[in-house]
Amino acid sequence: MSYEFLQTLWFILIAVLWIGFFFLEGFDFGVGMLLPFLGKKDEERRAIINTIGSVWDGNEVWLLTAGGATFAAFPHWYATMFSGFYLALFLLLVGLILRGISFEYRSKDANPAWRNRFDWMIAIGSFLSALLLGAAFANLARGVPIDENMMFTGNLFTLLNPYGLLGGVTTVAVFLLHGANFLGLKLEGELRERVNGFAKKLWAATSVLYIALGVFTYAAGFWARGIVNPGIVPITAVVALLVAGYFINNKMEGWAFIMVALNIVLTQVTFFTMTFPNVMLSTINPAYSLTIYNASSSQYTLTVMSIVALIFVPIVLAYQGWTYYMFRKRISTDKKTLVY
Amino acid sequence: MDPITLSRLQFALTTIYHWLFVPLTLGLGWFVAFMQTRYYQTRDETWRKMAKFWGKLFLINFAIGVVTGIVQEFQFGMNWSEYSRYVGDIFGAPLAVEALLAFFMESTFLGVWIFGEGRVPEKVHLASIWLAALGSNLSALWILLANGWMQHPVGYVINEANGRAELVNFFALIGNPKGWIFFWHTISDGVLMAAMMLLAVSGYHIFRKQNVDFFKRSFMIGTVAGLIASVLVFLGGHTMGQYMYETQPMKFAAIEAHWETSQPADFSILTIGDLSGKREVWSWRMPRVLSFLACNNFGCEVRGVYDIQAEYEALYGSGTDYIPLMVVTYWTFRIMMTFGFIMIGVTAFFLWANMRGDITKAKWMKWMPSILILPYLANASGWILTEMGRQPWIVQGLLKVEDAVSPNLTTVDLLISLIGYTVVYGALAVAMVKLMVKYAKAGPDAAMHESVDVAPSLVGADD
Ligand code: HDD
Ligand code: HEM
Ligand code: HEM
Repeated sequence: MSYEFLQTLWFILIAVLWIGFFFLEGFDFGVGMLLPFLGKKDEERRAIINTIGSVWDGNEVWLLTAGGATFAAFPHWYATMFSGFYLALFLLLVGLILRGISFEYRSKDANPAWRNRFDWMIAIGSFLSALLLGAAFANLARGVPIDENMMFTGNLFTLLNPYGLLGGVTTVAVFLLHGANFLGLKLEGELRERVNGFAKKLWAATSVLYIALGVFTYAAGFWARGIVNPGIVPITAVVALLVAGYFINNKMEGWAFIMVALNIVLTQVTFFTMTFPNVMLSTINPAYSLTIYNASSSQYTLTVMSIVALIFVPIVLAYQGWTYYMFRKRISTDKKTLVY
Repeated sequence: MDPITLSRLQFALTTIYHWLFVPLTLGLGWFVAFMQTRYYQTRDETWRKMAKFWGKLFLINFAIGVVTGIVQEFQFGMNWSEYSRYVGDIFGAPLAVEALLAFFMESTFLGVWIFGEGRVPEKVHLASIWLAALGSNLSALWILLANGWMQHPVGYVINEANGRAELVNFFALIGNPKGWIFFWHTISDGVLMAAMMLLAVSGYHIFRKQNVDFFKRSFMIGTVAGLIASVLVFLGGHTMGQYMYETQPMKFAAIEAHWETSQPADFSILTIGDLSGKREVWSWRMPRVLSFLACNNFGCEVRGVYDIQAEYEALYGSGTDYIPLMVVTYWTFRIMMTFGFIMIGVTAFFLWANMRGDITKAKWMKWMPSILILPYLANASGWILTEMGRQPWIVQGLLKVEDAVSPNLTTVDLLISLIGYTVVYGALAVAMVKLMVKYAKAGPDAAMHESVDVAPSLVGADD
C-alpha cells in the first residue's frame, strides 16, 4: 500500500474514532448534564444514571483510542495539539475525572448531601467536557497560530475567541438534545414524559445555535480550505436537526434520536473534510500548517497499525454493540429492579 | 521553578498516584473471578458473598484507576511534546494497541459485570469478570512494553532526515525482554498486592470475631496466593536486576552505590553518602554478593559509576552528568527489596502458624491492617527507582529529559495544572479511602445489598 494511501486511511480512521466518540459519549454528556434537573427523587436520578451506567466507560475509551491512534499515526499532530491546548485539555481532564468518579461513588453512601454533591459533579463535569471539546474543534476548524517549527504560539485566550465559544456552546446544546432523546428511549412512565417535554424546549434553542454556527463558518471563510468540498453534507446535517423537531413533537423517540445522531455524525464529517488534508491549520502562514503528510509516522508503522486495526476494530465493535443489545430494555424507577 | 522540573514533578505525581491503584486492580480482579467461579461450581453461599464483598472493594479502587488513567494518556503530548514527536512512531503504537485491545475489553465487560447480574445469563456474567481481569492485565502488558522501550530501545533506526526514531521491527518491540520481565514482576506484584489486601481486611474482622468463617477462608487464600506471588516477585526482580546490569549498567551501579569497578563486587547493606549524593562517607558491605546479583556468579567483575560515567562521556559527549540521583535510587531499591523479603517471611509464617493451630485466636491478628504499608511503599519505590535510575535519559541513550519537554509551556501553565491535579487527586483520595474503609469494615452482609434501602445501616456502620 502506498504511503499516501496509508496516511489518508489513518486520517479517516481517526475521524471515525472521533465521530464514534461524539455520537456515543455525546448522549452520555447530555444525560449527565440533565441529571440534576430532570431527576427529582433519588430513584429517578439512579434510573437516569443507569441508562448509561454500563456503557459510559466503554464510550470514553473511544476518546482514549482516538488519542492513542493520533499519537501513533500522526505524532506531530498529537504533540502540537496536546501541548498547544494545554490548559484547555487540563480542564477537560478535570471534567472527565469529576464525572467518571461520581458515577461510581454517588450511590456508595446513602447520605442525600453526599449523593447530591456527586450528581452535581456529574453535571458540571459533563458540561465542562462538552464545552471544551466543542471549543477545541471549532478552533481547529478556524485555525490556530502555529509557527514554522510546528509550535503553537498562542495561549488559553487564543482559544477563547467568539467562534470557539460559539462552537463550545453549540456542542453543549446538541449533546443536551441528544441526551434527552436517548433518555426518551430508555426511560418509562412519568420520567419519560418529563424528558420529552425537555427535548421540545431544547430543540428550538439548539437549532438556532447550530444555524448561527453554520452561518459564521461560511461567512468568516472557514469553509472548504482543503482539497475537498463538503458539499451537501452540512446541509443534510441542518435538515436532520430540523426534521428531528418534527419527531420530537410527535413523540417519535426513535426517529428523533436517529436524526440528532445523524446531525452529530454529519457535523463531524463536515469538520474533517473542511480542512483535509490539513490536520491543523496555521493562522500565521498556511504553509506552516500540519498536514497528514508532514505530521505522520513512517510507512512501516502505519502498515503495522493498519493490520492491528483491521483485526481488532471489528471485534471491539461486535462486543460493544452486543452490550447495547443486552441492556436494551427500558429502565424503571422501581427500587426493586434498580442496580445501585 | 523551571518548566522542566515542574513537568517532571507533575509526571511523577500523577503517575505514582495512578500506580497506587493499578496493582490492586490487576490482582484483585483475578481473586473475584476465582471466587465467583467457585460459587458457580459449588453453590456454596460463602463463595458468593466473597465475590460480592471483595468485588465492592475492587470497584471502589477501580474507579480511581480509570479516571487517573485518562490523564496518563494525554500527558505525553501535553507535557512532553518533543518526546512525542521523537518517539511517536514507536511508542505510540503500543499505546494505541493498549486502548484498542485492553481498555475496550476491560471497560465494556466490567460494565456487563456490574449491571448484568440477573439480566444476562449466569455464564455470561461469570465470563465478564474473567474478561475484565484479563483486560486490565493486558493493558499492563502493553504499557510496560512501551515503558520497556524507553528503558531499552529496540527495533528502531534514527531517521537522519527528520531526526526521529522510527520503527523497523514491530516484533522486536513487542518481544522486548525488558518489557516482558517488567510484566512478570508487575503482574505477580498485582497478585501480591491483592493478597495483602485480603490479609489486612480479614485480619481486622477475625480479630473482632466478626464473620470468622468467611474471613478465615479469605485469609487463607491471601496467605497461599501471597506466598506464591511474593516468591515470583522476588524471582522476577532478581532477573530484572541482571538484565538491568546488561542494558542499563549506570542504573545498576546507582541502585548499589557502587562507585569503583571491582572484581568480585561487594553488596552494600548500608551506605551513607554526603549531601550531594555523589560521594560515599561510610558503608557496610557484604562480600561478593553484588557479583552474584549482577551475573549469578560470586566472582565476576561489576563496573562502577565512575567508569561508566567516563565511558558515557566518550560515547555521548562530555559536560553531562550521567549519574542519577543516587540517594533516591539507592534507598528506594532497599525499601522495595526489604519489604519484598518481609512479605515472603510473613506469608510463610502465616502458613506455618495455621498448620500449628487456630490462627483466628492469634494475638498478632490485631496488627494485620498495617501490613498494607508493605506493598504500597514497595510499589511506589520500585517505580521511582526504575524511572529516576534512567536519568538524565528519557529514552536510554537516545534522548535526554531536558530535550523532551514541551517548549511552549510556561511556569504559570504548569503551576496551574500541578496545583489543580494535587487538589483534585487529594479530594479523590479522601473520598476513596473513606469508602474503602467503610465497606471493608461493614463486612459481607452489607455488601450483599444493592438497594438504597439498606444503605443507611451502612452509614451507621462507620461510626
Ligand atoms: C510489591 C511490590 C514489589 C516488591 C515486593 C518488589 N518489587 Fe521490584 N519493582 C516493583 C515492585 C516490587 C515495581 C513497582 O512494580 C517495579 C517498577 C518497574 C517494574 O516493572 O516493577 C519494580 C522494579 C524493580 C527493578 C527495576 C527494574 C529496571 O529498572 O530495569 C528491580 C531490579 C527490582 N524491582 C528488583 C526487585 C527485587 C530483587 C525484589 C526482591 C524481593 C523486588 N524487586 C521486590
Ligand atoms: C506506573 C508506574 C510508574 C511510575 C510510578 C512512574 C514514575 C515516574 C517518575 C517518578 C518520574 C519522574 C522521574 C524524574 O524525576 O524525572 C517519571 C517520569 C516519566 N515516566 Fe514514569 N512511571 C511509571 C510508569 C511509566 C510508564 C509505564 C511510562 C511510559 C509508558 C512512563 C513514562 C515516563 C515519562 C515519559 C517520564 C518523564 C520524563 C522523565 O522525567 O524521566 N512512566 N515516571
Ligand atoms: C504512564 C503510562 C500510563 C498510561 C498512559 C496509562 C493509561 C491509562 C488509561 C487511559 C486508563 C483508563 C482506562 C479506562 O478508562 O478504562 C488506565 C487505567 C489503567 N491502567 Fe494505566 N496508564 C499508565 C501506566 C500504567 C501502568 C504502568 C500500568 C500497569 C502496569 C497501568 C495499568 C492500568 C490498569 C490496570 C488500568 C485499569 C483501571 C485501574 O487502574 O483501576 N497503567 N491507564
